[in-house]
Amino acid sequence: MRRYRQAKWDEPIIFDLGHLDETIDEKIIEITSKYVPNKYVRKKLAIPDIPKTRTIRHFMRLTQMNYAVDLGLYPLGSCTMKYNPKFVEYILAQLPLSNLHPLQPSETIQGFLSILYEFKKYLCDLTGMDAFTLQPAAGAHGEYVGVLIIKKYHEVNGNSFKDEIIVPDSAHGTNPASAKMGGFKIVEIPSDKHGLVDIEALKSAISKYTAGMMLTNPNTLGLFEKNVLEISRIIHEVDGLLYYDGANLNAIIGWARPGDMGFDIVHVNLHKTLGTPHGGGGPGSGPVGVKNFLKEYLPIPYLDHKGGEYILREDLKYTIGKVHGYYGNIGVILRAYMYLISVGGDRLKKISAKAVVNSNYMLKKMVKIKGVELPYDPNMPRMHEFVVSLKKLKNDTGVTTRDVAKKLLDYGLHPPTIYFPLIVEEAMMFEPTESASKEEIDEYITIFNKIIEDAYRNPSTVKNSPNNTSVKRIDEAYGSRPKTMAPTYRWLKKRA
Amino acid sequence: MNINVQYKIYFKENIVSRAILYLFDYTANIHEQRGSRMEMDLTFDDISDMLKEIGYKDVKELFEKILPKSIMYNDTPKIPMVPEKKIRNHILNKLRKDRFFNPEKIYLGGGVWPTYIPSIVSYIISRTEFLTSYTPYQAEISQGTMQALYEYQSIMAELLDMDVVNSSMYDWASAAGEALLMSYRIKKKPMVLVSPHIAANRKKVIETYLWGAGVELDTLSTDEEGNIDIKNMNKKLNDGVSGVYIEYPNSLGYIYENLDEVIQKIHEYGALVILGVDPVTLPIIKPPGELDADIAVGEGQPLGLPMSFGGPLLGIFAVRGDMILIRNMPGRIIGLTRDIEGNRAFAMILQTREQHIRREKATSNICTNEALSAIASAIYLSLLGKDGLLKLSTRLLVNAHKLREKLLELGFEDRYALPFIREFSLKVDKPIKTSQLIQELADRDILFGRVEDDSHVISINEYHDEESFDELMNILGEIL
Repeated sequence: MRRYRQAKWDEPIIFDLGHLDETIDEKIIEITSKYVPNKYVRKKLAIPDIPKTRTIRHFMRLTQMNYAVDLGLYPLGSCTMKYNPKFVEYILAQLPLSNLHPLQPSETIQGFLSILYEFKKYLCDLTGMDAFTLQPAAGAHGEYVGVLIIKKYHEVNGNSFKDEIIVPDSAHGTNPASAKMGGFKIVEIPSDKHGLVDIEALKSAISKYTAGMMLTNPNTLGLFEKNVLEISRIIHEVDGLLYYDGANLNAIIGWARPGDMGFDIVHVNLHKTLGTPHGGGGPGSGPVGVKNFLKEYLPIPYLDHKGGEYILREDLKYTIGKVHGYYGNIGVILRAYMYLISVGGDRLKKISAKAVVNSNYMLKKMVKIKGVELPYDPNMPRMHEFVVSLKKLKNDTGVTTRDVAKKLLDYGLHPPTIYFPLIVEEAMMFEPTESASKEEIDEYITIFNKIIEDAYRNPSTVKNSPNNTSVKRIDEAYGSRPKTMAPTYRWLKKRA
Repeated sequence: MNINVQYKIYFKENIVSRAILYLFDYTANIHEQRGSRMEMDLTFDDISDMLKEIGYKDVKELFEKILPKSIMYNDTPKIPMVPEKKIRNHILNKLRKDRFFNPEKIYLGGGVWPTYIPSIVSYIISRTEFLTSYTPYQAEISQGTMQALYEYQSIMAELLDMDVVNSSMYDWASAAGEALLMSYRIKKKPMVLVSPHIAANRKKVIETYLWGAGVELDTLSTDEEGNIDIKNMNKKLNDGVSGVYIEYPNSLGYIYENLDEVIQKIHEYGALVILGVDPVTLPIIKPPGELDADIAVGEGQPLGLPMSFGGPLLGIFAVRGDMILIRNMPGRIIGLTRDIEGNRAFAMILQTREQHIRREKATSNICTNEALSAIASAIYLSLLGKDGLLKLSTRLLVNAHKLREKLLELGFEDRYALPFIREFSLKVDKPIKTSQLIQELADRDILFGRVEDDSHVISINEYHDEESFDELMNILGEIL
């Protein structure tokens, strides 16, 4: 069994490393005062001056107190922590992008725009949609664009009264949050006993007020919504639009397309499906695709190809406007482009297939472990991810999903997504992705099994974890209470 | 394609040499696909054992069990494969005819600026431990990302003189949109105001965000000097307003001389004050906190990020230390906390504002943000320190005024006689049209200031020096 110990540097907060003198030099104030009225001249700036080598060591030490895809399995469900190719990073660093200003005239960068255009074409092909915008900077940003398109579409068609968006109870939290930001009411519908959208509940939830529905397919249980054509029919019957949350697109890419399932709008998480790095929380990229009848609703500027020229069009008839200052996260888009062409259409199918096989293989091993239960249809294969419940373990031993997750850290393994989806008690949601090898999955299972055995034998060893990480179990509530919180260094100093 | 057919076609056309080349190419491709040097090959190792274990003879059978026939896509995605070793040239070839301008010849800014990025910044954020990690949901094993983000928040808080900074928004524009929505959440008056002279792209984003939520937007006007017309503003405030967004410096580069009075008035009417800033100007001018702003937003790109044609950027979002403001903030916040043994530790705090907990009751839908950009900027700010930052902004300030004087001598005129830091606006008192001037300068490798309000907004970056100004003057002398 692997023994792991994370680095622990006890590294001070950067402010405590250097010399902190907040007064601004008289000479600087004098220069500024020549050009700026005295009442707007700054006199104090409390940023430390630190020796450069110490700064570098500081941040390098921080990198050692982290976990990353390149260190081990990172099976966070719905987050798709797949391998991020290095050649992409190297090539990107060699491209002359640092000084490419977004307002540079488009005539001067036709070749550059042709890459973006080509990429949009590939996205259309992969999703079965007709037109794409690259503007959204993340998946949720893409959802927001989708929701606004739904809003505008009904406005244009004289149906502004349509103010309800249907969201399944297994949906990602971003779905209802995005719909709310677009000014919609949220109608949540339950999942049926198979873990799929309850068609009867859906039928009774729709009305003339239904503006649309947001759906992830496969859903967050890793189950494919096989009634999706029926769902599409039901939503379209009341003039609603169907939105595809692309967070799980990596499960089906090359095997099925949202556009063929009756979806009108889709977003693609490039940082999930097309292998761009997650950067500790971002940047990502969430391009949005639509069917032809919604093309004029896309954000502006819209990259088009006309008369042999690539142009940034501002004249879309029903455009929702803009959601990003410029054209989106181009750096991420270029990475995804390189990922895509290095794989090619043929092998893309193998990637999704392996992701699905890995997940089912892991599931098969997982359900053999005592205390682990598989909610919903046991005979239906899952797709790229699966959800198990540790409710039985908790009842038997008092050890919770959180405890098991923390104990995994002690072996240098990243836990799955926990306590999501909300409809499964003590949920653990695993997504090994195609990047995991059989051996790695086997090792993960062996360690997981050992943790469960320990939980039954001596629960406190699991409950008192982690011990091998740079800090012990964290008290999150403490940091959120008004009296004890310290969201910034200055707050900490004021409190002290 | 069948190699024999292809070969015959070539042969028939008597282009034997090309046929031979093709054969070489073909074998090379086969070699490449089978070879192990290709990075993505790691994704394609053998899965037959696992398939057997889960009871399927091949992947097709597995997918047929899952996907209804009517949905199954039986085609192959039409994406041509480019061998890995050719991708670099494949892209460079496409860029062959494009024009990449030198930063010392770029006078564009307005939200994205040419910036010198110390290699240390690029190196550290390329480290796989930062680059390929996820949102730090498992705090104990992710202290590195969290401490770096905490330090970003803390240094940014000092630069802005605000108490709480979140760990990033997508960009300045969307942060401004979210800030106005936040003011509406708190004050609940369905009207918000924006100052005159906001960059057109940001205004468009703000309009979109407000339209989505059903909040009305009105724009303030300027007086003759280019300041905010306070009388006119009072009238609008009187009708009930949730928040007022003002850019400081504004999109023409100017600081409103009556900004202090404007802010005081807005507060008297009970609305929130939101300032939008270029952080590189802040070391030398009064920060939003000292000016009594409730919320500050801005663009963090000039603090260590490449322009990358406008993304990824770094949306700055900060508030005053008021619990109502803090609880209504969008986005993630990293905070200091402790572990069970009482040791210092970092964690995501105040998560009950966020979508993964609160769903439709969340303060925003934001999930993935620009964390790595924030880390880059923390490293950048730490490397420069107070001294470096002051030198940087003073240099920009002095150079901007130098260039303005030179341009005035050439016959340009100030748009307004207001103070400015690194951007300023000039009208051309010549028959030449603004668009023509920009075109002619572009032909001579210079990207001149964009046009707003019939004037050129000229932006100074740290690459500019006497030499670049002289060159600009010479070329302008020829054109005008």
